[in-house]
Amino acid sequence: MLQIKNLHANINGKEILKGLDLTVRPGEIHAIMGPNGAGKSTLASVLTGNQAFEVTKGEVTFYGKNLLELSPENRSHEGIFLSFQYPVEIPGVSMVNFMRSALNEHRKYKNLEPLSATDFLRTMREKKELVEMDNKLANRSVNEGFSGGEKKRNEIFQMAMLDPRLSILDETDSGLDIDALRIVANGVNKLKRPDNASIVITHYQRLLDYIVPDFVHVLYNGRIVKSGGKELAYELEERGYDWIKKEVEEAP
Amino acid sequence: MENENLIDGTNSKSPSFGGVGESPYIDLYKSHHESIKKHSTVVMNHIRDDAFALFEELHFPTVALENYKYTDLKAALSIDYGLNINRIPIPVNPYEVFTCDVPGIQSYLYFVVNDAFYPVNDARNKTLPKGVIIGSLNQIAENHPELVKQYFGKLSTTKKDGLIAFNGAFAQDGFFMFVPKNVVLDKPVQLVNIMRSDVDSMANSHNLIIFEEGAKAQLLVCDHTVDDVRFLSNRVTEVFVGENATYEHYKLENTHTKTTNLSTLLIDQQRSSTVLANIITLHNGQTRNTIEIDIDGENCETNLCGMVIADKNQQVDNFTSIIHNKPNCHSTELFKYVLDDMSKGGFTGKLYVAKNAQKTAAFQTNRNILLSKTAKMRTKPQLEIYADDVKCSHGATIGSLDETAKFYMQSRGISEKEARLLLMFAFTNDVIENIRIEALKDRIKILVEKRLRGELSKCEGCVICQ
Repeated sequence: MLQIKNLHANINGKEILKGLDLTVRPGEIHAIMGPNGAGKSTLASVLTGNQAFEVTKGEVTFYGKNLLELSPENRSHEGIFLSFQYPVEIPGVSMVNFMRSALNEHRKYKNLEPLSATDFLRTMREKKELVEMDNKLANRSVNEGFSGGEKKRNEIFQMAMLDPRLSILDETDSGLDIDALRIVANGVNKLKRPDNASIVITHYQRLLDYIVPDFVHVLYNGRIVKSGGKELAYELEERGYDWIKKEVEEAP
Repeated sequence: MENENLIDGTNSKSPSFGGVGESPYIDLYKSHHESIKKHSTVVMNHIRDDAFALFEELHFPTVALENYKYTDLKAALSIDYGLNINRIPIPVNPYEVFTCDVPGIQSYLYFVVNDAFYPVNDARNKTLPKGVIIGSLNQIAENHPELVKQYFGKLSTTKKDGLIAFNGAFAQDGFFMFVPKNVVLDKPVQLVNIMRSDVDSMANSHNLIIFEEGAKAQLLVCDHTVDDVRFLSNRVTEVFVGENATYEHYKLENTHTKTTNLSTLLIDQQRSSTVLANIITLHNGQTRNTIEIDIDGENCETNLCGMVIADKNQQVDNFTSIIHNKPNCHSTELFKYVLDDMSKGGFTGKLYVAKNAQKTAAFQTNRNILLSKTAKMRTKPQLEIYADDVKCSHGATIGSLDETAKFYMQSRGISEKEARLLLMFAFTNDVIENIRIEALKDRIKILVEKRLRGELSKCEGCVICQ
C-alpha cells in the first residue's frame, strides 16, 4: 500500500531524511526504532503533509497515488492517520464538533451523505468504549486539560472513528504508565485487520510487547540502516544503538 | 425620491461650510440653539449651553489626543451630515425595516430611529412590571422631571471629552429606562437603534438607565443602518446601578460600511451590584466605543467583555476604563478581535485602582488574531494602581491562527478552510459564552459563524442588504 523510495526531507534547510526506503503491505505492522534525532518523527510529519518539512528528493506512493501531492486533509481522506507524539490542545473546539467535522469530510470525499446525529453519536459511543474513554472527555474541548494518558487514548479513539488504512503511531507509548499503555495497545490491536497496516514509531521496545510487529527497522541518520523481525527490537533493548552506529560508520 | 425633500428640509446646517470639522456645528448651534431647545426638554436643556461651551473648547477629538490615538475621525467628520433639529418625524416603520430579530428572544422591544425615540404601541410592552418606566427620555423628562433631573448628566457632564460634550449640546431625545427597587424583569429589554435617511445624516441621542436597589434586568442594544447613505451616530448612555442591583448590557453592532458609530457607555455601580457588559461588533464601518465603569461601592462584580470581527476597511476602537474606587470588588475584562484585509483594531484597557480600594481583584485580557498581513491591531493596557493589597493582571497578544492546531485538524481530514473557521469560532467562543440570554447566545453563534464564513459581508437584517 505504501512505498517510500529514496526520500530526502529538510526542515529549516537542514536535511533530516537522507534517502529513506520503506514498503508497507496490508496486514503488516512495522516498527521504526532509532536513537533521538534519527528522523523518526520527521518521517511521520512528511507522510502526513506537515508544511514545516520540505521534501527535496524521492517519492512516496499510497495505493499508487503520489502522496506528496496531496493536502494533509486529502491524505487523511485516503486513509492515512497519525497518532501525534504531542497531541494538540484546541480550546473552544469541542470533541463532538471536531469529530463530526472530520467524519463528515471523510464521507463527503467518498460521496456519502453526512451521518445523522443519532448515527454519529452511536459511533462515538462505540469507539469510546474501545479505549475506555471517559464520557466527560468527549464533551470537552479537544485535548484541553487532558492528562498525557488521556491525550494518547484520545488519539486512538480518533483513529477508531476514522478507520484508517494506514496508521502511524508516533511515540504513542511516551509518557504512559503501564495501565494506559495496555489500554492504548489494546485499542490498536482491536482495530487491526488484514486490510489495514500500522507504522509504530518508538524509542523503546516496551510498546512492542503489546503491539507485536512483523518488521522492525532501525532509523539512523535519516536512513533505515537495519531491518529484521521482532527479535531485533529485543536486541536493541539489550545492546542499545551504539553497535548499530558503529556498523554504519564502519560500512564503506 | 419622495422623502428626500422632507428629510432635506431638516438639514438646518448650512452646507456652505463644506462640513469640515467643528466650525459648521458651532455656527449651527449659535444660530439654532433656540430650536434645539424648543424641541427638547428642560432637563436636557439645563446642561446644553455648558456642554456647548465645553465643545467649543475641546472640539472634536483628533489622533493627537492620547485617548483617541486609535480613532481617526478626520474623514468621517469631513462629511456634511444633516441634523434633524426640528424633529421632523422620519417616515419609517421600524417593525418593517428591522427584520433580524433574534428568534425566540421574547423581549420588550423599543426603537430609536436616528436620534428620536420611536413611539410604539406594542402589546408585549404592556406586561412590564408595575413601576418600570421605559420610553422617550424627552417625554419622560416632562412627566417625571424630578426623577430624570436626579440622574441626567451626572456621569456625562464631568467628562472632558469632545464627543460627549457635542452630544450634550445636540442630543434632544433618547431612550429612558427605570427599574424600581427589587423589581426583576422576566424578559430582556431590546433597544434597536435604526439609522434611516435619504441623505447623509447625523444622530445624537442620550440614553438614561436607572436601576434602583435590588433591581435586575438585561438590556440588548442593536445598532442597525437601513439606507445606503453615510451615517454618523454619536450616542451617550448613562447607567446607574443601585445597591445589589444587577445590570446586563449587550451591544450588538451590525451596521454598514458607511457608518461611523461613536458610542459612549458610562456606568456607575453602587455597593454589591453586578454589571455584565458585552460589546460585540459584527459588522460596521468605523466604530469607537468608549466604555467607563465606575465602581463606587464595595463588593461589586464587574464583567466587561467584547469581540470584534472586521475586514475590508473597517475600523473598531474599544476604549475601556474600569475605575475601582472602593475596596473588595472584582472585575474581569476580556476583548477579542479577528481582523482581516485592511481592517484596523484598537483596544485600550484602562484600569484604575484608588488608594483605598484594597483587596481589589482585576483581570484584563485582550487577544487578537490577524488574518492578513495588512490588518492592523493596536492594543494598550493602562494600569494605574494606588492600593497595595490587590490582585491585578493584564495580558495582550497579537498573533495569527495556531498553525499546529490547524495542521492537527487537517490531519484528521478537516479541510484547511473549515479548520480556520473552527479555530476562529473557538477563539471568539469565550466572549459568546458570556451572554446570559440563551436565545441571543444561539443567534450570535449563528451570526458569528456566518460572518466568519464570509456569508455576512453585509449587515444582516437591513433592507438594503436583502
